[in-house]
Amino acid sequence: MSVQAAPPLDERQKPPRRRKKSAALYEVVLPLIATAGLFLLWEAACRAFNIPGYLLPAPTEIWKDTMAIGPTVAGHTMATFKTVMLGFVVSILISLPLAVVLTASPAIAAAVYPFLVWTQSIPKVALAPILVVLLGTNELPRIVITVLVAFFPLVISVATGLLSVPPELIELSRACRASKLSELLRIRLPYAVPFIFAGLKVAISLAVVGAVVAEFVNADAGLGFLIQTSTAFFKVPVAFGALIILSVMGVVLFQIVVAAERIFFPWSSSNATPGA
Amino acid sequence: MISLNRVTRVFNSRDGDQVTALQDVSLEIGRNEFITLVGPSGCGKSTLLRIVAGLILPTAGRASIGGAEITEPRSETGIVFQAPTLLPWASVLDNVLFPLRMMHRIDSTSTDKAMALLKLVGLAGFEGKSPRELSGGMQQRVAICRALVHDPDILLMDEPFGALDALTREEMTMELLRIWSERPKTVLFVTHSITEAVVLADRVVVMSPRPGRIQEIIEIGLPRPRSFESEATPEFHEASQHIRQLIFGTRHVGPGRAAA
Repeated sequence: MSVQAAPPLDERQKPPRRRKKSAALYEVVLPLIATAGLFLLWEAACRAFNIPGYLLPAPTEIWKDTMAIGPTVAGHTMATFKTVMLGFVVSILISLPLAVVLTASPAIAAAVYPFLVWTQSIPKVALAPILVVLLGTNELPRIVITVLVAFFPLVISVATGLLSVPPELIELSRACRASKLSELLRIRLPYAVPFIFAGLKVAISLAVVGAVVAEFVNADAGLGFLIQTSTAFFKVPVAFGALIILSVMGVVLFQIVVAAERIFFPWSSSNATPGA
Repeated sequence: MISLNRVTRVFNSRDGDQVTALQDVSLEIGRNEFITLVGPSGCGKSTLLRIVAGLILPTAGRASIGGAEITEPRSETGIVFQAPTLLPWASVLDNVLFPLRMMHRIDSTSTDKAMALLKLVGLAGFEGKSPRELSGGMQQRVAICRALVHDPDILLMDEPFGALDALTREEMTMELLRIWSERPKTVLFVTHSITEAVVLADRVVVMSPRPGRIQEIIEIGLPRPRSFESEATPEFHEASQHIRQLIFGTRHVGPGRAAA
């Protein structure tokens, strides 16, 4: 624990520091021990019961086979990462303005909302091949699929956040004769920050799912592609390796969003949004 | 200064019914007068306050300030709500400065003004704190500073101490009287508490519900400055008792009730 960085408030210092220490224990050390334990159990079970590698490869086998084609796997990881990030960024660029428009005008909300729900009711796996036909075999359909999977919860949570402002503050803003724009920028958007981050946490996890779905249908690179091709050739350990990389990618990206909220909006995370 | 002439306000409720929140309310309020509005829930106190604030327009009748009809919010009016509704991401100082920012009236003297106000309400040294580090009473003091920072001549208070515990509430009542004596304003103060209404006001406006109308206006002759001792005087008890009878009398034997 860092010793300095103690703001002047002396009497309030002690409890938070103790909490920080136990938080580090609970948030980092315990999950790591639990994960390590799980892998050990897995390894032991594979060896004890002689489970064949094409059914359930042992962690050591996964590691060995994946590392054997290390550079290829790294290339696939980068391809997926690119799709995830592009899809995530585009989702944000679409969701924020869309949520603002939806909350600003009941008429637009009534007109657009059914379309939003409609995009969600279409199974993305079914849509993917059609999009490939429409958009060609390139990065574009993959990003579109990723966005379609990821953006909806983001729109909903941002819109909820924009509407969560106490009515008194809106009255205060009107009493100050403030414009709708400064009401949005100075009151509604900051109020929505905890909700925006709740949405971002869901969106980043879904972006990973969306990217893999897209890669199953149309790709010559990416971890989804790797899983498909390696299972086709019964290289199950490599498929497991890709799966583990995907899950790690999901967890790391999620934690980056959590950290960004804590660093840039420290007042927000304590507003207790689910997750984190 | 504030003049209400047969002000009526009708709301359309969701199921299409029309609800008369205020009916034929006439009231003249002088400069720097302290008026409290008291009455049971649904008597249109808050609606009346919002009409004076320019946040709601009357359906019929005329509401004016200094002769000019109120058609929109006026920048020389400050408002305090029941909940402090401070911005959780901004410091105490920035919360106080918030209306000036929204009005684009922030200048080099603004910070000094805000600090002087914080000192006035006993929050000197708290300017850098975040609202959640403050107690409910302290947050409401910040909200009062926020309402006063642009030096309005009218202060509208909608049950400002309603969410506070009883002890803090009494303390804040006296605190408000002190602030008002140092910075005289025309105050319109909505409350549910008869004690609060009497100890604060020059005149208490007692309202009756459905439709909201003024039942009686009671002059409070208690000498100023007032203190907790004012509440022990016969005048205080007489006024309180009278208001209580007005409110609860109509509740039980009012003609509207029997029909309903």
